[in-house]
Amino acid sequence: MDTTLDIAAIRADFPILSRTVYDRPLVYFDNAATSQKPRCVVEAIETVYYNQNANIHRGVHYLSQVATEAHEEARQTVQAFINAAESREIIFTRGTTEAINLIATSFGETFCNEGDEILITGMEHHANIVPWQLLRDRKGIVLKVVPFNERGELDMEAFSKSISPKTKLVSVAHISNVLGTVNPVAKIIAEAHAHNIPVLVDGAQAVSHMPVDVQALDADFYVFSGHKMYGPNGIGVLYGKEKWLEQLPPYHGGGEMIATVTYEKTTYAELPFKFEAGTPDYVGSVALAEAIRYMQKFGLKAIGDYEHQLLQYATEQLMKIDGMRIFGTAAEKASVISFLVRDIHHFDMGTLLDKLGIAVRTGHHCAMPLMHTLGIEGTIRASFAFYNTKEEIDALVAAVDRVQKMF
Amino acid sequence: MTINEAQDQVIEEFSEFSDWMDKYAYLIDLGNSLDPIDEKAKIPQNLIEGCQSRVWLDAAEQEGKVVFTAESDAVIVKGIISLLIRVMSGHTPDEILEADLYFIDQIGLKEHLSPTRANGLLSMVKQIKLYALAFKAKS
Repeated sequence: MDTTLDIAAIRADFPILSRTVYDRPLVYFDNAATSQKPRCVVEAIETVYYNQNANIHRGVHYLSQVATEAHEEARQTVQAFINAAESREIIFTRGTTEAINLIATSFGETFCNEGDEILITGMEHHANIVPWQLLRDRKGIVLKVVPFNERGELDMEAFSKSISPKTKLVSVAHISNVLGTVNPVAKIIAEAHAHNIPVLVDGAQAVSHMPVDVQALDADFYVFSGHKMYGPNGIGVLYGKEKWLEQLPPYHGGGEMIATVTYEKTTYAELPFKFEAGTPDYVGSVALAEAIRYMQKFGLKAIGDYEHQLLQYATEQLMKIDGMRIFGTAAEKASVISFLVRDIHHFDMGTLLDKLGIAVRTGHHCAMPLMHTLGIEGTIRASFAFYNTKEEIDALVAAVDRVQKMF
Repeated sequence: MTINEAQDQVIEEFSEFSDWMDKYAYLIDLGNSLDPIDEKAKIPQNLIEGCQSRVWLDAAEQEGKVVFTAESDAVIVKGIISLLIRVMSGHTPDEILEADLYFIDQIGLKEHLSPTRANGLLSMVKQIKLYALAFKAKS
């Protein structure tokens, strides 16, 4: 593969990649579910606990100040990472799911009334479906779904037609976790903005695979998870334009998010603290910042380019297998391949690939409505990260071929 | 043949396979030759919903014995089902309720019974016993 990245050296940063499963070398192709962690990220967690652990924002003592500074520096690292205008526009959440629930609740309660519409697409993860259904149950909103074509590309004409005076928000995946489609979010945002409609972008599958600039996109909300971008579990990010976040009520109540509390009335803290009730994950934030620095060492462009080569190579090689069916062939596609071979059940294929040391995801990938649209129960999904290699893809292809011959 | 005799027979069959590939190839053969369940029995009430594959299980009583039929959309699961039916079907409710299914562990398929595998098999074993309990209550 033609890359400036030293993949062998990168792999050495991820201890888990050198382990075996069932006495075979692990081939980890479940990166869209969660990525592995480089040593520096795990060490960052250790450092916080061993050297600077103290609750933040409330202590006058030395350690509390060190911990607070580290947490706020992490916020600035995230801000720079997605080029947000202000660090107070970065809210730490538990992940993408919580970030979307926060908006569905705080935005939904403020701006949505019965009959109002939220526009999503037919390729959303359950995390970008169910929170809106909960809002529908509370407020009587209408959930509208933009369809996609046979290649897995959004039907932009249908999108334009779906916008109505009742549309209150568009919520769309940047990259589909099943089809790999990179959606034209800049276009979607521009069109929505022409009708004064804000847009939430689910960037869970995007931020570790391509450079993201929320100001260039002009996204109103952009959300992602730490654990899919080489960071720790349990932390994620909600980016929101200040003008929107200022208008939204708090999501959770508790410590940290208040200015003053009396039994009669509580006033809330400024951004970003208004949305961070309780003790924040100041360990996760610091480790997330470390993961960002780790990716930036190589550059998201170089990472994305290399992963694209993996995608192309894997697609070519897999297509040589008789009966191969790849779901999602968009012109703009990230390093995710969903497939079936003939009518072999995804569970059967996945069980045997596992025995060959290959970790792939099987099933509906938390996108059951998408599976219904495709008319299938599930797929096998191989998703690549920049520590994966051509040789691992060869192992996958050989394994798929071996397994399919058993049926 | 008692339930335990059937289990021991299965264990002996599987002891001939030196590697897992042969074992799974055999399960696939068993799955492919499992008699399909009556289409009329493929109703939601008979569906054991696992996360990854669907299993239909039906039971009928014949002369004091419980006869099971089952099917899945995944062939490996069907293979395991065929073993379960071979061991459990055609016995009295009491025999089924008292059965200790040690063969699954012994032939190296224990992982398929773990709840995290979510292939519906654990629920299927439970459902087999529930059917036995129901028939016992009726008699």
